[in-house]
Order: sequence, then structure tokens, then C-alpha cells
Amino acid sequence: MEEVDGEPIITLIPGVNSKKKQLCFDWGPGEMLVCETLFNKKEKSEVVPSCPSIYIIRKNEDFYCRILRKLFNESHGIFVGLQRIEEELTGKSRKAELVRVSKNYRSVIRACMEEMSQVAIAAKDPATSSLFNNQVAILSAMELVWNLCEILFIEVTPAGPLLLHLLDWVRLHVCEVDTWSAEVLGSENPSKHESFWNLVTALVLQGRLDEARQMLSKEADANPASAGMCRVLGDLMRTMPILSPGNTQTLTELELKWQHWHEECERHLQDGTFAPSGHLESLCKIMLGDEKALLEQKQQLSNWYHFLVTRLLYSHPTVKPTELHFYAQSSLDRFLEGDSSSEPLDNILMAAFEFDIHQVIKECSIVLSNWWFVAHLTDLLDHCKLLQSHNLYFGSNMREFLLLEYASGLFAHHSLWQLGVDYFDHCPELGRVSLELHIERIPLNTEQKALKVLRICEQRKMTEQGKVRSICKILAMKAVRNNRLGSALSWSIRAKDAAFATLVSDRFLKDYCERGCFSDLDLIDNLGPAMMLSDRLTFLGKYREFHRLYGEQRFVDGASLLLSLMTSQIAPRSFWMTLLTDALPLLEQKQVIFSAEQTYELMRCLEDLTTGRPVHGEPDAQGLQDDDIETTKVEMLRLALARNLARAIIKEGSLEGS
Amino acid sequence: MKAMCAKFVSQKISKTRWRPVPPGSLQTAETFATGSWDNEENYVSLWSIGDFGNLDSDGGFEGDHQLLCDIRHDGDVMDLQFLDQERIVAASSTGCVTIFLYHQNNQTLSVSHQWTTAHCHTGPGSPSYSSAPCTGVACNNPEIVTVGEDGRINLFRADHKEAVRTIDNADSSTLHAVTFLRTPEILTANSIGQLKIWDFRQPGNEPSHILSPTGDRVPLHCVDRHPNQQHVVATGGQDGTLSIWDVRLGTMPVSLLKAHEAEMWEVHFHPSNPDHLFTCSEDGSLWHWVSSTDVPEKSSLFHQGGRNSTFLSHSISNQANVHQPLKSSWLSTDSAKDRIEITSLLPNRTLSVNSLDVLGSCLVCGTDAEAIYVTRQLFS
Repeated sequence: MEEVDGEPIITLIPGVNSKKKQLCFDWGPGEMLVCETLFNKKEKSEVVPSCPSIYIIRKNEDFYCRILRKLFNESHGIFVGLQRIEEELTGKSRKAELVRVSKNYRSVIRACMEEMSQVAIAAKDPATSSLFNNQVAILSAMELVWNLCEILFIEVTPAGPLLLHLLDWVRLHVCEVDTWSAEVLGSENPSKHESFWNLVTALVLQGRLDEARQMLSKEADANPASAGMCRVLGDLMRTMPILSPGNTQTLTELELKWQHWHEECERHLQDGTFAPSGHLESLCKIMLGDEKALLEQKQQLSNWYHFLVTRLLYSHPTVKPTELHFYAQSSLDRFLEGDSSSEPLDNILMAAFEFDIHQVIKECSIVLSNWWFVAHLTDLLDHCKLLQSHNLYFGSNMREFLLLEYASGLFAHHSLWQLGVDYFDHCPELGRVSLELHIERIPLNTEQKALKVLRICEQRKMTEQGKVRSICKILAMKAVRNNRLGSALSWSIRAKDAAFATLVSDRFLKDYCERGCFSDLDLIDNLGPAMMLSDRLTFLGKYREFHRLYGEQRFVDGASLLLSLMTSQIAPRSFWMTLLTDALPLLEQKQVIFSAEQTYELMRCLEDLTTGRPVHGEPDAQGLQDDDIETTKVEMLRLALARNLARAIIKEGSLEGS
Repeated sequence: MKAMCAKFVSQKISKTRWRPVPPGSLQTAETFATGSWDNEENYVSLWSIGDFGNLDSDGGFEGDHQLLCDIRHDGDVMDLQFLDQERIVAASSTGCVTIFLYHQNNQTLSVSHQWTTAHCHTGPGSPSYSSAPCTGVACNNPEIVTVGEDGRINLFRADHKEAVRTIDNADSSTLHAVTFLRTPEILTANSIGQLKIWDFRQPGNEPSHILSPTGDRVPLHCVDRHPNQQHVVATGGQDGTLSIWDVRLGTMPVSLLKAHEAEMWEVHFHPSNPDHLFTCSEDGSLWHWVSSTDVPEKSSLFHQGGRNSTFLSHSISNQANVHQPLKSSWLSTDSAKDRIEITSLLPNRTLSVNSLDVLGSCLVCGTDAEAIYVTRQLFS
């Protein structure tokens, strides 16, 4: 076992008296049951209901946030799309596609963030407001980390463009500059605005030199004394060599040009070109990458990674990915100045700069309250083939472990469970068993929901494991309880559950014996091939067919069907008496219906039944003799059979004779 | 075809319905209702697709639908129908049927009337009262017909407290859908693949006609009647097939079209352009079917090479009836496949599309992925 990475967080359950220190609990897939116990040896006999409540502890609080649900749903679509890419694309187009997917994930996070911050603004009480603002901060940090991972791991940006990407990254996340800019430019006299120089500095710090130049020209217009200096500094800004995406120049060329430019800046500073203006001089120092000057702008930089990127921009513009961690570490140290209390976010970013993907994921897992972020990020990085070597000492690989955790959380939610299915599908090792365990815990309150669950099972060919059958059985049982026999039969036919079909058929026959008529004819008359599912069901269908024939006055067909039900042993023995009684009116018809041979068969059946020979060990025959009515019935049958036999013999004899 | 506009709404959508526009008016659809399911708290909501976006300064959200109002609904919303412009009838998984009233002046919804135990399991042996989900509603103002898992059919009138007519055990299996056929007649679809026609003028609890195909009993989940030809009916089955029936003829569908890969949850003829038909399915797809009669009968006959005589006789009878322009293009049998064009309306499918509705050139659908899709240019 590895060591614990952090102290576990203690959660107090409201309402539970934890001082008593008597709690029992049980784990569920996503929830935990907790209740107070009474374990007192002395007062064994006394039963006091002192633990009136059982508490359900949910661990995935975030799933219950309405706005975050959009994140889960929308990212589910992206996730499924990503799994499809896997088979289709290779090479360059694949990488482009992966970057596109990563951007999609980020835009979902951002959309969520925007809505959350709107809600935070609209919230009336400060508690709610701060709750949402807190969420916004978390989402913002997620996006920051994701973006950095995208640059470093997914795009695998080489030296040169790397810095441009990092600049974009910082601009995206330190975005107060834009608000200032609008504010300052909107004012009557921008260069006299109190934040004017702050804004210019911020623009320079972010490498937005074109905008900074425009601001300087405003200052030059307003203040002719400094116009010359502004022009010189503006020229320096304009001539700073940068790598533009369409440019074909090599890194060495760029480095040479940059060196030259750097020397020119240096010279201007030495010559005291900007000495009259403190603002311009400090700008020039920033552009020279002077650390002291940079650290003076801590307020503007707001965090160490901004400091890092600015520092790289003005002193190491062609930084290689492998050198990043060195600069990152020193930037962090300088910026915090020995203040060792680094935030979790700092550790995560630092791990990313060190290209330690596993550390990034580990730190994120510890800090974040749900698995959404790590599961999706890990999956994406896995598609980039970055995690192949890493296997855990438990379960499967890391990607699968995180996806399983996330999906299990979804399944514990009353409504999001449907999303979880697709995540399980893409866990090759343990996904299927997990799905099987979870799917049967879905409460089935309507048939429509049951159909959706069944479809999930059938699409995944879970018929062998009996999942389909058990779901159908639940529904069939429910239908039986509600006296909906037709429905119950339909479900057992769908499940191909012969035993249950027999049970339901017996109920139908029992109802018939009690009421003398069939219910649910629309179903029984249209069983079709499903009739073959169980012997009892076949009997039910055939017996009903007999009634139909009888009703249509097709006595001869009916009679032979009736007889064959008994002779072929399809009819349960307990039902023979009813069948024989049904034969009675046929025996009493004017014309002869049962032939002599058929009458013999009938007689044999009656004798089989009355002698009580337990042919198949059915005890019912024994009970017959006791009943007076039954005896009369038997007598009547015997009489009718004898008379029919006589008539049949005469008829057959005369027919043959004529 | 313009892309669909999607919005995630944090609840799984079970039903979407356009609010009807006043008859004869030239207004286009702009308000629709949705119902949610499988949530701890379910809602009936009204949305507007009005041009709120244009008022927005960023303009990026043009055409995004906005929530007007919503109201708690006990249980899953199983079906939803507009009775008229102001009243919505909702069927609940608790067996309750509710009429909601939409107050346009202050944008609120309120409960106007409720039949709490419209559907329940009764009878010997069963618990004294256990509710049964109500699965379908059909409205023909002021009449409301509901069907449920209990196999019961209720006829309500919006202004009557009690049910006008109840047929208990109308079906031994679950009734999934209901629609009005001709004024006193309704058509129900059940889970053993049967269509039953009921005539409320007749006493007794027996259907006036049963259409029951032999062979595989594929449960039917939805039914819609052709808007102009009342004998033409489309149904969607559990296996995703689309069946077109002529309820006057026989007991078998006129054509069976293999369509979706899973349950077809809804089928709708376009109300004013019935050569167009729309279906949606559990497999996450939404399809637009166009059946055209423009193709000359003769040429299609040559294409077929006179494959069989029934087709021949059919096309001849078609030509004989040429002066009857109302002969539905959906009823032509064998050549039907050659003349039906299908387009898929949703780009990448994932979770079930539970419901759809069309009105004019607007279409709305709702999914289990908690998204509502709207398009306003169906025919462009």
C-alpha cells in the first residue's frame, strides 16, 4: 500500500450524535447508510428506540448542482465522440482532432463557468452567492490546468510556438486587463486616467505590444514633452522579433534577431533615453526581462505563472519544453519569496511544467470534489498515448479506474445514471461487470423506464447473465401483484421465462375455473409462436382454441382437440376433470361427435383419473373421491360416455354397412 | 438544412409540444411546452423561441430558446398535449392527469384541474389502491382521452369533475398510445402490437375493431393519424420499425419500413404538409421522411420491371383514382421504398430522443441527454 497523500477530510453528519461514538454504516455504490447504534451490554433486555433515523450519505454533492449537470451531459457527448475517433483517425489529423476535442471540453467548462457566475451575481443572499463564486473559482482553476495540459501534452508544442501558446494561456486567464482597457479607453482623456500606466504595464506584461503602442501614442498626443520617448519605446515594441505562425524563419534566425533587439533595448536604457519618465523606464526594464522590475509589478502579474510567462517572453523567448520546469520552479520561488505555503493549484501547475502527468492527475484527484475532471482529462491523455506504461496495483489501469469511479457516481444519481452506461462501455476490463452490478439497482417505476434499461442490457447482449430475464421478471411479478395477468404473460414471454409463463398460465386457468370465462382474450388469442414457451402456456392457448371452436359450433374439431389435450399429456392432470366436464355437452349433442374410438379414449382418461393411480404423482386425484359433487359428476360422465359409445357404434356400424 | 439549436436544461426531457397557433392566423410557432422525467422533482415548462437574442448585445445566442415559466409536476411526465392555447394536459407516472393553465399576462402556470386516480390497479387480489402510470393522452377539445399501464381508457371532459366514460381492462397489456380517429372514435396502440378502434357511441367494453398482425408481436409505442386522411395511421414499434396502416383494410399494416435501431418513441405527420413525417428513437436519432407522389406511376413501374401483380393492380387503381388527389402517398405499397427520402436531423447521436413536435417550419425535440433542440427552418 502507498502512503496516504493527505489527511482525510472529516464530514459531520447533521443530526447524528457523534459524541456517543456508536455508529454503524454500510457502503453502497455511491452512497453510504449511517445510523446510530445502541450497544450497551448492561441493559440488554431493555429495548429503547434510541436511533430513530437512518441517514443516507451521498458523496457526490456536485451531481446535485443544476448547472454542473449541464457540464456532465454536454461532456458526455464529447466523450462518446472521442471514443469513436480512436478507430477512425491516424497521424496528423488525429492530433488535430484531439486538440479540437480538448478545446470542446474547455468550452463546456467555460460555458458552465459563465452561467455559474451569472447565477452568483443574481443570487440574493451572500451565502449562496459565495457558494457559486467558489464553484466559479474551482471551474476556472480546472480550465486553467486543462488548458496548460492541452498545450504541453496534447499539442506537444515545440520551442518557439510554445511561448506563444503560453502567452495565450495567460491572457485567457488573467483577463482583468480587458475590463480595464475598456474602462480607460472609454474615459474622456485616457492618458490622464488613474489606471493608464497600470494598463500599459499590464499589456506589456502580457506581451500585447500592439495595444501598448497605441496607448503610448495617446500619451504622446496628450503630452508632447514625452512624445519622443514614447516614439522610441513604441519603435522598440514594434521591432521586437516574434515568431508568427506563418513565418518560416528558423529558431536560430529568431534568436539572432532577438539578441540584436535585446541589445538595442539595453543600449537605450544605458543611454538613459527614458530616464525622464519613470513609467517608460520601468516598461523598458520589463521588456529587458529585468527580474527586479518584473517583481515590482507583482500586483499586476497576480500570480507566479504569469510572472513565469512574462519572464520567458522577455528573456528566453525560444524556451524548450524540457527547460520549462527549471524556469517554473525558480519563478515560483522568486514570486512567493520563500513563502512556502504553496496552494494545491501551484503544485498541479508545477507538476504539469515538469511533464509529470501522473502527478497532475493525482494532485487534481486529491483537491477536486468529483471525478469529472480527472476522468475526462485522463481519458483524453490516454488517447494521446501518454499513459500506456502506468498500471495501478489495484483494478485496471488509471484511465479505467477513474472512469469507473466517475461512472459509479453517475449511477448513484437518480437521473444521471443513463450517462454512466457509455462510460462503463469504454472500460474494457471492468466496465461490463460494473454495469451489470449497477444496472440492476435502477428502480423501475414505469414500464417506459424499464424498457430503456432493457434496451441497455439487450444492446450489450446481457441476456446470458440473466439481466434481461431478471428485469422482465420484476415487471412480470409487479403485474401479477396488480392482477394484470395479460401484462405479466407478455413480460414472461419477452424474457422467455418458461417457469414464470407456467405460473401465469396457471393463474389464468384458475381464474377460468372460478369465473367460467377467460380474461385477456386479445392476448391469449394472439399468442402465435410464443405459445410454445411452456407446456402450460401451450395448453392455455389450445384450451382457449377449443372454446373458440365450440363457440363457432365446430364440434368435431373441438372434440378432437379436447381429447388430444389429454392424451398428449399437455393438460395438467388437475385440469382433466374440467376438460371431461367440457366434453359433456358435446356428448349430449343430437349428432354423434366423438367416434367410438375417441369415446374409449375418453373413458380411459376418466378411469385413469378416478382410480387415483398417481401416474405423475399428482395428489389431486385422491381428493376427488371425497367430494359428493365430484362423484355425481363422474357418474354423469360415465353415463354420457356409455350412451355416446352406443350411439357411435350404431352410427359407425350403419355407415360402414351402407 | 440549418443546424439545430441545442440547449442543455439540467433535466431529462420526456415530452415536447408546440403551443398551437390560433386557427387561420399567419403566426409561426413560438412557444412550446416540455415535460421532464426521472428527476427527483419533475417540471412542466414553457419556453419561447422568440427573438430574445436580437436584444442581446453579443448577439451570439440568437434563436436560443428561453424559459418562460415552469411548474412542479408530481411524477414523471409521461405525455403532454395542448387542449387549446391556454391549457396543457399532462399525464403522470403516478396515474394522475392534470390540466395546467398558462397565464400569458404574467407568465405563470397553474393547476386548473386534476384527476388524481385516473389510472390505478384495482380488482380482486391486488392491493386496495396502487397507482398505474398514465402513458398517453389525446385531446380533442373539450374531450380528453387517457390510457395507462392498467389497460384502462378514460374519457374526460375539461369541464366535468368526474370521468365521462371509463373502460376498465380495455386491454390486457399496457396501452402505450392513443389518438383520435374520427370524432367519437379513438385508436389505441398496445404492447402486444395491436391497434384497437373504440367507438364511444357504442355501449359495452369491447373495441369496435382490432387490427392485430400475425407473427411477431412487436410492441407499438406511438401512433399518429394522417391530418387529412383519417384512415391513414402511422405507428412506431419497439424494434424501430415504422408501420403505415389503412384502418379500413384488413388487420395488417400496408407497409412496414425498417427504420431506427431501437424503440421508436414518437411519430408525427406534418400537420399541414403530410407528405412529411418525423420519427425519433431510443437510439438517439431523429428522422425526417418525405414521401413524394411526383414520380410518375409509369416510370416507377418500369423501374420495378413488373415485379409482381399486386403492385400492378395497385398502380392501376391509383390511376383510376387520379381525379382523387387525396390518395395518400404513404399507402402505395411496394414502390414506397423507392419514393421515400429520409434525412437525419441530429448530427451525432448519443442518448434517446424521447419526443418531437412539428408546427409549420419549426421542429422541437427533447432528449435524455438533457438537451432541447429547436430548428426554425425545417424546409429550407
